[in-house]
Amino acid sequence: MQHRSRFLLTVLSFGYAFLYIPLISVVFYSFNKSSLATVWGGFSLRWYGELFRNDQVLEALALSLQIAATSATFATILGTMAGLVLVRFGRFRGRTLFSGMIVSPLVMPEVITGLSLLLLFVSLQQLIGWPAQRGFSTITIAHTTFAMAYVAVVVQSRLTSMDESLEEAAMDLGCRPLRVLFDITLPLIVPAMVAGWLLAFTLSLDDLVIASFVSGPGGTTLPMYIFSKVKLGVTPDINALASLIILIVSVGLLLSWAAMRKRSS
Amino acid sequence: MIEAANPDSFIRIRGVSKHFGDFVAVDDINLDIQKGELFAILGGSGCGKSTLLRMLAGFEEPTSGTMEIDGVDVTRQAPYERPVNMMFQSYAIFPHMNVEKNIAYGLRKERVAANEVDERVSDVIRLVQLDDFRARKPDQLSGGQRQRVALARALIKQPKVLLLDEPLAALDKKLREHTQFELMNIQDELGITFIVVTHDQEEAMTLSTRIAVMDRGRFLQVGPPKEIYEYPKSRFVADFIGTINTFEGRVTSAGDETISVDCPDVGVEVRALCTEDVKVGQDVCVAVRPEKIFISREEPEEDEGVRVRGIVDDLGYLGNLSLYRIHLETGRMIQVSRQNRRRSHKRFVEWDDKVWLSWRPRSAMIIQGDD
Repeated sequence: MQHRSRFLLTVLSFGYAFLYIPLISVVFYSFNKSSLATVWGGFSLRWYGELFRNDQVLEALALSLQIAATSATFATILGTMAGLVLVRFGRFRGRTLFSGMIVSPLVMPEVITGLSLLLLFVSLQQLIGWPAQRGFSTITIAHTTFAMAYVAVVVQSRLTSMDESLEEAAMDLGCRPLRVLFDITLPLIVPAMVAGWLLAFTLSLDDLVIASFVSGPGGTTLPMYIFSKVKLGVTPDINALASLIILIVSVGLLLSWAAMRKRSS
Repeated sequence: MIEAANPDSFIRIRGVSKHFGDFVAVDDINLDIQKGELFAILGGSGCGKSTLLRMLAGFEEPTSGTMEIDGVDVTRQAPYERPVNMMFQSYAIFPHMNVEKNIAYGLRKERVAANEVDERVSDVIRLVQLDDFRARKPDQLSGGQRQRVALARALIKQPKVLLLDEPLAALDKKLREHTQFELMNIQDELGITFIVVTHDQEEAMTLSTRIAVMDRGRFLQVGPPKEIYEYPKSRFVADFIGTINTFEGRVTSAGDETISVDCPDVGVEVRALCTEDVKVGQDVCVAVRPEKIFISREEPEEDEGVRVRGIVDDLGYLGNLSLYRIHLETGRMIQVSRQNRRRSHKRFVEWDDKVWLSWRPRSAMIIQGDD
């Protein structure tokens, strides 16, 4: 038993080391004084300072945050609606197809999602003249599309575990179905919606592939900016930027985890 | 089975069926319930009792048939339009509202004036004795308290009919007994018609004025608890309510009041009181409840009814009574129960003792028919 647990502990440590040493080294080198990305020259906050003087970075960051917030909001609204339909509308014609189509963005390769959305936007532009320029709006739409699948799954699992007689009780007490949704159903799935929103926000902030496909000259998100910089060689300010993103994403994940925990208790 | 149509019954159910695909959950039910009755629908799981209740509440629409409450056809009415409230088996208390808000919910939806809401909430909270728990959230309540919140929430709208789905199933035995009487008192005080669905025969017996025994979507028998227990019309009902010994036999003679039945299992001729029309030579079933059989060491002086010898196969001590399984000479096992009237360390009989069993003709019931 003792032997086995030591073995498991070793495997676990290696697993975590494999996952987190790269991240830790990025954070570590972000405090490097030297301008060579991989040679340690002493502690400094110099690169964080340079980062915040870099207008391009700040612009990209602002755009990314705006897109993440907007698309997460739309994804939450649409995903909640989809989850409600899947769980509460009983069996209707094409339900299996619908539920399959909801979750397919979860497993669809991003390259394909990105490419197909790009084709859609291009042909829309030719047909109705919109979107005239690809950027904020197209990336937001693209992110909403794939993030709503995640929200739908989270909301769906919450609804499935919810006692359906709660809604029946409200109706029994004289409440009309639409009112039941606002009085009973939505308040009880708010934690799932919050978790879904945070998840969607994080996913949008991270996305590079889809954004690269559907973006145009005016729209450079933060991951796109980083990627383009790295192509020319890693500079230390990228380490600082990466560290900040790790921080934001971790906070987002922690919050969504806390919301889910509250949901399940 | 069709009940005699009563023109002034309060709830009138006519030919109601519910099909789920090929499955018939409720099969052509007819039922009349009077105002102020405490009516129980009793049956095993899957017998259709909950579906019937949900149709009354409006959550399921009957495949065919009509339902009237107080002269109004409610068959196609939505749940929120019916003068009916339901207490759910899970209680379905809104977890995000405190006790007071839960109870007031129904009145708020009716747009009752705020001061009247307060007044009625206070009244009903007093009725179910929840004064100290008004501001509590549901997760801070015990099972019994939650049950009372659910009851109060359903009662506050002063429904014409209150539907209760397994109202006591989630409570422990002591609390259940206490709550049973509380429910009866409340019903008595308010005069609301109660319809209780339960699988627990004891609950149905103590609570209700009338019971309908349901199996496979149909009512097998409808009547007062005593009638159901003492005069079951079928083997299923006799067997479902309490314990019973049944013996198949053939009628050998039929008098004005008593008949004699030859039961191979008992070994002797069994005389039973029978007011129904029975012919000589007909196959019937004789049924005797365990508590109506006397057990003694000496030969009893019963000459009208049945006397038969047996050996104690097993006995069980339950405190207030003891249960015996007696092996007859014919090989048949009979269940007998006996009140423990005396305090004693000694057992009345021991394993493998030879004993006499006897019962009176009026204790035996005759069940005709095959089911």
